[in-house]
Parts: sequence; C-alpha cells; structure tokens
Amino acid sequence: MTNTKLFGIPIIILTLLLTLYHFLQPLTNWLIDSVLNLEKGSHLTEAIRFFVFEFPKVMILLTIIIFFVGIIRTFFTAERTRKALEGKKTFTGNVMAASLGIVTPFCSCSAIPLFLGFVESGVPLSVTFSFLIAAPMINEVAIILLYGLFGWQVAAIYVGTGLMVAIVAGYLIGKLKLEKWVEPWVYAVEMGDTGSTENKINLESRITQGYEAVKEIVSKVWLYVALGILVGAGAHGYVPEDFMAALMGKSAWYSVPLSILIGIPLYSNAAGIVPIVSVLIEKGASLGTALAFMMSVIGLSLPEMVILRKVLKMPLIITFIAIVGSGIMLVGFLFNFLM
Amino acid sequence: MEIKILGTGCAKCKTLEKLTRDVVAENNINANITKVEDIMDIMKMGVMATPALVVDGKIVMKGRLPSSDEIKQMILNA
Repeated sequence: MTNTKLFGIPIIILTLLLTLYHFLQPLTNWLIDSVLNLEKGSHLTEAIRFFVFEFPKVMILLTIIIFFVGIIRTFFTAERTRKALEGKKTFTGNVMAASLGIVTPFCSCSAIPLFLGFVESGVPLSVTFSFLIAAPMINEVAIILLYGLFGWQVAAIYVGTGLMVAIVAGYLIGKLKLEKWVEPWVYAVEMGDTGSTENKINLESRITQGYEAVKEIVSKVWLYVALGILVGAGAHGYVPEDFMAALMGKSAWYSVPLSILIGIPLYSNAAGIVPIVSVLIEKGASLGTALAFMMSVIGLSLPEMVILRKVLKMPLIITFIAIVGSGIMLVGFLFNFLM
Repeated sequence: MEIKILGTGCAKCKTLEKLTRDVVAENNINANITKVEDIMDIMKMGVMATPALVVDGKIVMKGRLPSSDEIKQMILNA
C-alpha cells in the first residue's frame, strides 16, 4: 500500500466523522422538526430526538477512539508488559501494573497464560493481581461512553478510582502473603523463551490493527449501545425523575453494597452497562452508587472467576472478590459523600 | 510444512484456525495443521498471549488476529 493511501484514507474518514459529529445536533433538530415535523416538546418527540442524537454520537466517538486504541495497543504486547514488571518492588510495581493493565491488550481468555507468564518470570503475586484487576475493569469502551454521555470529568473519575482500586487491592493481596492459595502446578510451569520471537510488525500492520479493532468492537457492541440508549430514550420522557432516588439515591447508604452484590453475577460488556447507568443517574441514582454498580459489573465477573479458578484456590478467589468489592464500595461511598 | 495454532479455545483462536485452513487450501500449500490447546504446551513455546501461529517450529505471530493476507505472507515467508 502506498503511503498516501495508508495515511490518506484514515485522515479522510476521520475528517468526515468529525464534521458529522460537529453538526449532529443541528442535523438532528432539522430532521425532527422540519423533515418529520414532529410535535415539539411532546414526550415521544423528545425520546426520538434523544435517540437520533445520542446513538450516532456515541458510535462516532467509539469508531474514532477505538481506531487509535487499536494502533496504540500494537506497541504494548504482553511480553513487553511482563518485562517491564519483572523484578519490580511492590507498590511501584502495583502502580505500573495497574497502568499497563489499561493499555495492554487483554481478554479474559488470555488471563491464564498471562498469569502463568507473570508468575513464571518472578513478577510478584501482588503486582500480577493489580494487572488482573485493572485490565478488565478499566475498559476503553466504558471510558469513551462515559465521556460521551457524561463528560470528561466522570470518565476521569472512573479511570482514577479504577486505578486506585487495582493498586490498593493488589498491594493488600501481597501483604496477606497468599501464595499458598495458588494452585501448585502454576509454579511447575516451564516457560519457553519469549524474547527470540518478538512480534515483527510494520506501520501498515499497525494501522490495519486499528481498522480490525474498530470492526471487531463496533460489530460486537453496537446492538448493546443501541438497546441501552433506546432504554434511555424511553425513560427520558416517561419515567419520573426521582424514580430511582429512593432505591439508589444518596440517602440510601445500603444501596452501594447492594449494587455491588447485584453487579457480580451480572456479566455485561461495558457498552451495554454505561447507557443503563446513565439512565439510572438521570432518574435519581447517585453518581457513587451508579459508578460502584458499573465497576462491579465490569470488573468482577463470574465467568472470569471461573477461568481464574484453574490457577487460584477458592479462598484466594473469595479474598480477591472481597478486597476488590470493598475497594469499589469505598469508591461508591466516597463519591456519594463528595457530590 | 508443520503449522500449529496455539490457543485455549477463545473465539479469536477458532477464527485463526479457520482462516489458516482457508489460506492453506486456497493456495495449495502442502501443510499439516494442528491445534495446540494444552496450556502447559503453549507456555513451553514461550507464548503468553493467544492466539499464536507457529510455522515449522517458529512462532510467526502471537496475541492478535491477523488478516488472511497476513497469514499467507507469514506462512510463505517462514
């Protein structure tokens, strides 16, 4: 592929998407008020307006940012992350592991080989856990959706508190000295040399990975985003503003732990949960409670625990859930208190 | 030619196996394709991020899902 084509096509697409994004609000209003000529201010009109504006907005944001995330991720391989964490002392190691957890490509199916690889090369258990907590919990799709639906402050709070939970929980797990609850076979793993086969990848392949990431993620999440925003649109005009206030409002302190408990068995991808969370907040749920619920759904998932059970004994899994759950709970209380 | 697909059974691993089989069939490459699912065996080869593609004992790709074109290049250049 020529360089003009390699860079030209993404730049043209990007410009078109950004232009569309910029004119989306007037375009939506023109479509609703002038073309369809719907009755202004009625519940149904406002619900349609909400969907027609929010859905393309979120999808454009997703497409643009996932493209860049896909490219950036080709620079962060599991091997490099492991190398960076080798021989790191706890705390510094925990901070690094949690941060690298955000950018290193991760899916729950590769949690086991990653865990084995980390342990085998002498990365402390506590540092490994910081990585394993941050990687699924701080999810790029969730960051984009939070930014799109709430603004950058909430997205930053989510990243910041997620990092904090991952760092502190990993650190605590290290202090408790729980190595005895790791399945013994883990320590028997002999790992081959990873260095000699460094992934050779050129710029063209990196950009291709950007397209691939967009294709993969957008095709997987668009339906959840649509459904979530549809529920939001429906609730927009019809459900009373304070509907959730009694159940998930600030005054109901028990709502934070309850939301977390409900969130653990619920397994949804970030794309489905964020629009739902935005509805909860609009209808009177407090930010802390909603945030705790979301982190629990994304960060503590039953299927991942089942996978981790292969390498961790039950008491360690339970300790893991308890420590991360408590961390999320503190985050929930903190934001209910502050806001 | 010996081609191995390393993966514990995630969606991407299955797709890689299918793509590789298609590429081999389309280009009349004389290759024996096997799937390695045992985690101990995968680790022994030094692979931490699945799926991975191994051609004649050499790891040519790991941790992502390449396109058919890329797979073809990787097999032919190995």
